[in-house]
Amino acid sequence: MKYILMMHGNQANWDEYGKWSKEDLERNVAFMRAFSKDLKDAGVFVDTKGLAWPQEAKTVRAGTSGEPVTDGVFPESKEFLAGYWIVDVEGAEQAYKIAARASAAPGLGGKPINMPIEVRRVLGSHSDLGL
Amino acid sequence: MDVAAQSTNQPIGHLLRELTPQVLGIVARRFRDFAAAEDAVQEASIAAVMQWPREGVPENPRAWLTHVAFRKMTDHVRSESARRRRENEVAEEAARVPELAAFDVSPQQDDTLVLLFLCCHPALTPASAIALTLRAVGGLTTTEIAKAFLVPEATMAQRISRAKQTIKESGVPFQLPVDEHSGERLRRVLHVLYLIFNEGYTASSGANLQRADLSHEAIRLARIVYSRQPNHAEVAGLLALMLLTDARRRARTGANDELIPLAEQDRTLWDRGEIEEGVALLSTALPTGSIGPYQLQAAIAAVHDEAARAEDTDWPQILALYELLKRMSENPMVILNHAVAAAMVHGPRKGLELLDGLAGDSRIAEHHRLDAVRAHLLEMAGDSEAAARHYRAAASKTDNVPERDYLMMKAVRLRTAAANSEPAATDHVPPPTDPLD
Amino acid sequence: MRYILLMSGTKPGVDSYRAWSKRDIDTHMAVLTGISRELKESGEFVATQGLAAPHEAQVVRGVKDGTPITDGVFPESKEFLLGYWIVDVASPERACEIAGRISAAPGPGERPTNMPIEVRQFANHGPQS
Repeated sequence: MKYILMMHGNQANWDEYGKWSKEDLERNVAFMRAFSKDLKDAGVFVDTKGLAWPQEAKTVRAGTSGEPVTDGVFPESKEFLAGYWIVDVEGAEQAYKIAARASAAPGLGGKPINMPIEVRRVLGSHSDLGL
Repeated sequence: MDVAAQSTNQPIGHLLRELTPQVLGIVARRFRDFAAAEDAVQEASIAAVMQWPREGVPENPRAWLTHVAFRKMTDHVRSESARRRRENEVAEEAARVPELAAFDVSPQQDDTLVLLFLCCHPALTPASAIALTLRAVGGLTTTEIAKAFLVPEATMAQRISRAKQTIKESGVPFQLPVDEHSGERLRRVLHVLYLIFNEGYTASSGANLQRADLSHEAIRLARIVYSRQPNHAEVAGLLALMLLTDARRRARTGANDELIPLAEQDRTLWDRGEIEEGVALLSTALPTGSIGPYQLQAAIAAVHDEAARAEDTDWPQILALYELLKRMSENPMVILNHAVAAAMVHGPRKGLELLDGLAGDSRIAEHHRLDAVRAHLLEMAGDSEAAARHYRAAASKTDNVPERDYLMMKAVRLRTAAANSEPAATDHVPPPTDPLD
Repeated sequence: MRYILLMSGTKPGVDSYRAWSKRDIDTHMAVLTGISRELKESGEFVATQGLAAPHEAQVVRGVKDGTPITDGVFPESKEFLLGYWIVDVASPERACEIAGRISAAPGPGERPTNMPIEVRQFANHGPQS
């Protein structure tokens, strides 16, 4: 079953990242690299993407007159998708374990960040929605 | 269609890659229908993948493929013959020659070039032209092209299919362009080859070798164009640019897939043979007097490549070349690189002044390279705190992980240096700017 | 140029889908599937995923005694990702055009749902020339 593990972040989160030391950064980079490799070696890796800070993110709505309406203004506190992994595992428990590992990646002073990772099941088809 | 068996039949795969473009030239020339010929050749290729592992590779594989493709074409033509008398004659003629030996037709010298011009037709978008070129002239399978461009195979198959349809609808004949548009058509070919090279070069990390392969395919195709148009200065210029850039490939990526900027590369890893060849090409092209952007970019690359050490780089010459290039190119990256060269010759403040002019250019204002270059110039100028801020901003704007890590590291080092009131250690090193570093 | 188009909703919003008739749901899904199919035909399609309802969502924050710490309690207003498309298109305008069509997918009474679609660009490797 496929699960998506998502990291969200707002401006404050990103600013925190900027306060890390050189060693903190090196440790985190090494951890992330090893993490992805382990997922691949275990045969559960499907996909991963990192997203840039959304300088030019837009929200598009259908609008009422047929022309799409675009908006590029977001509140300071808005959380944006920063990146995700997609894994193919036996069940939710394995997905949570993998998410926990990512969540505990080392941050400031080498301590686990414990960032929130949202875990969602990926649908096979829309009938899975169970609506 | 996916030639799935190809991965277990490497020699057959390589053979097909070499032969299918030749067969395509033969068939398209004979039947005057590029799109249908491409379909027929693909079907012949699939037949080969299925039969050759079982029955052995035929003694004359190209004749075999040509024979099968001709048969497919005549079937195709017959089904439309009610409407088109001329093709009917061709079908009859083809049907009168059943022996295999009769299909031992040599490709004509111009075939590859004609195919290239067709595949780079102005009616096609760059993405379509790239896909069709790699397939029809490069002989790559749809699977290989899809992997190289990180799209699903079905998507790539559709792009190629639609591209063929566009060519068909354009009615462009199977011949070299001879009219007043031939200059423009050649420019399109060069542009497509440049894009293929760039795609392969900027993604040359160890994990995705198929993308690195694209650069070599681009060089191979550029060589073909050069061999047929040796007196065209920009053709020589493009080939020189590719060689002089590709020469640095092995030094560009570190053990952890990190990008190593030009100034920090181990120059012993540069390919001297490619550098010599590139320089030689330039020396024949430049004196002809028809200077163009590819020659200028190649000349800049040559100046870099001829410096034994980063500190030996002839920056005044590079600056002069960028001033010429600026007049020919609207590309904001050129202005960026010009600012770097100006900084190396006249000091960082001069470079920073030139960058201010870019803040209003929407094509680059939010690009991470603008922040990255500004950061490095600020670093050169000794303003560690501002430099760190811009490195961080640049890092936030890219989702390329090795690049982001590099920029964040620079930011962290400078912040530490600023906090400890240390001078910036790297003020003689120019920033990484050129995507073709 | 590569873009990710993100469709999000809240729990109450998703709950309201349960009030739709089966016909409305099927029509809505058919429009979205149709958009994916068109993107495949045009050669712009890279990927799409639909995510299970937010009711099953969990957030994991580190481990305690080797066990992941999970929490499924969210504020009513929290926005959940419901699905995304990744497209490879020629311009930002085209990306927004596709997003507009997704947003216009009809709901009950054939009125456009008008849901907000977030459009984010993936990095380009170099100059778009």
